[in-house]
Amino acid sequence: MSPLSAYLLLSSFLFSIGLAGALTRRNAILVLIGIELMLNAANLNFIAFWRYGPHPEALTGVMFAIFSISVAAAEAAVGLSIILAVYRHSKTTNLDQLNSMKG
Amino acid sequence: MTISFLLLAAITIIGTAAAMTLKNLVHCVLALTLGLVGLAALYLQLGAQFVGFTQILVYVGAVAILAAFAVMMTRSANQTLTQTASSFRASGALIAVLVFAVLAWAIYSGTSKQPILSAQPEGTVGQVGVALMHHFVLPLEVIGLLLTAALIGAGILAMDEHRGNR
Amino acid sequence: MPEMIDQIFVVIKHWLMGYVPGALQPIASAILSVVPVMIAFPLLFAITTVLERKGLGRMQNRYGPNRAGWFGILQPMADGVKSLTKEDIVPRTADQLVHYLAPVVMVIASFLVYAVLPIGRNMVIANLNAGVLFFFAVGSVVELSVFMAGWSSHSKYSLLGAMRAIAQMISYEMPLVLSSVVAIMAAGSLSTVSIVNMQAGYTGIWPHWYVFTPWGITGFIIFMIAATAESNRCPFDMPEGESEIIAGYFIEYSGFKFALFFLAEYLGMFATSAMAITFFLGGWAAPFSFLTWIPSYFWFFAKLLTIIFMFIWVRGTLPRLRMDQLMNFAWKFMLPLSLINIVGAGIWHFMAAGFARWGVVSLLIVLSCVLLSRGLRRNKWFHVRTYRYAS
Repeated sequence: MSPLSAYLLLSSFLFSIGLAGALTRRNAILVLIGIELMLNAANLNFIAFWRYGPHPEALTGVMFAIFSISVAAAEAAVGLSIILAVYRHSKTTNLDQLNSMKG
Repeated sequence: MTISFLLLAAITIIGTAAAMTLKNLVHCVLALTLGLVGLAALYLQLGAQFVGFTQILVYVGAVAILAAFAVMMTRSANQTLTQTASSFRASGALIAVLVFAVLAWAIYSGTSKQPILSAQPEGTVGQVGVALMHHFVLPLEVIGLLLTAALIGAGILAMDEHRGNR
Repeated sequence: MPEMIDQIFVVIKHWLMGYVPGALQPIASAILSVVPVMIAFPLLFAITTVLERKGLGRMQNRYGPNRAGWFGILQPMADGVKSLTKEDIVPRTADQLVHYLAPVVMVIASFLVYAVLPIGRNMVIANLNAGVLFFFAVGSVVELSVFMAGWSSHSKYSLLGAMRAIAQMISYEMPLVLSSVVAIMAAGSLSTVSIVNMQAGYTGIWPHWYVFTPWGITGFIIFMIAATAESNRCPFDMPEGESEIIAGYFIEYSGFKFALFFLAEYLGMFATSAMAITFFLGGWAAPFSFLTWIPSYFWFFAKLLTIIFMFIWVRGTLPRLRMDQLMNFAWKFMLPLSLINIVGAGIWHFMAAGFARWGVVSLLIVLSCVLLSRGLRRNKWFHVRTYRYAS
């Protein structure tokens, strides 16, 4: 098993862990954490392909990972503030109880 | 498959698995931090210095603390979590296992035929800076705009509405 | 001969490495580089505790500790014995694992940043290509350990203190990083060794330190203020103000863990001071060209002790800032000023050498200082000052 496929297997395993968490947990913050984990797994994929693939001097994988980290941080900030606003309105973060569109 | 890769992979998997399965939310956030530090160490092992240190600075230094603050402010740390229906959790886990199976099959059938370059590429910070200013200047400006919009938006969303006039 | 004394530690290390078999060379090299630093800086911490208490005492017109030895010099020994033999009380409702790990994480993060500091000529543990980024990245792990300490103690005082401390540290992290960007721009590299090497030249007898330029002195002042806030020192010690919140986030820690927090806080203070020396004060370079025969590590520690003395002096002089005053100061004054400082450094780089660029950049920085400080006082925009006395 080549080093590249080892890293790719690891990143797909992390992706499926994040997916399992985002699908099964009922607290909104943990769903957001699962999504962050999926983004991180994709970043690892990019860096592994940059290291072991053709044309690493173009730095494409590194660039994409940098921009992905920035976008993920911005999305985490906005997502967590939305969760705070929802909590202030309905006093819960349990996703099963946020099931009615009240005014 | 060196020893260091196995060790770091074990740390990352333990951290992220704990983050998704623990009951206490603050423990979940701290385990996520451990997993992210493991990922940063993997980036450093792959030779991407800038990305590794940026990962620690942004994720551990900001996103994890933000999640911890959100956990504290929504009082989720003190709530007792009731049991979800077991069929719900089983179907979620099944979907994740299926996704992993498909991806693993794709990896095995794909990368065994590709040429693997083993020379360590040079990803110095100077080259990253030059690339950011020449090739990737448009995404850089767009990211700046996006981060400004996210900053203002997050501030407005989390602001207390009933403050009144100051 | 002066070069021999200057490089004495490097020579000793190479001589010892000659006795190590080939397979163990990397490990031995790492250990031989790390052990002197791990001995020197905790020793400096011990000396600083007694210096601070005596210095504060003399400024407050009293003697400091003078019982433990000759003029109190053995006070750190007494403190060490006390903290090691005290009972380690952990609250029953506290989160045991996180409570145990918080001081450990803080000490690890505080020690790890010393890997990129150039203590002398050719004396750095790891010459990383992105050394400055490593420093700020690992320095931001301290905030996580503050949160762990505050939350795991399960007490309202500690949680409140931790939230305040984290808010303060995050707010002041941005001026800290942005004010160091000017030094990075001028040196053209993120490696601490090359930043110091760029400042090691002399024109006549005057050194090329970055602090002797208008953007350099502004950057140095902003960096020092932000470093004071990052280590929760007076006048920014609202999170651990003893008269208000009784030690804040480490209120439930006793004995050796408290000593570890203390150690980590002082080590962080030394590390940011050493970084300020690296960025602005020329690292291990001598102040005048006729003094270069004195070894480089001597100059480094002399500058470090001077900055520590300034910290102690400020602690004994200024009152404590309130939380909202502190945050206003960070976001509405220091952050815009550091951004304008970066613009000033860019203008400096592109103008020709001479008096013109001194004038332009100084005018820009002074004007923005005046305008920002007027803007901080909310309803007093360009009014004539009136004085009202009690009648």
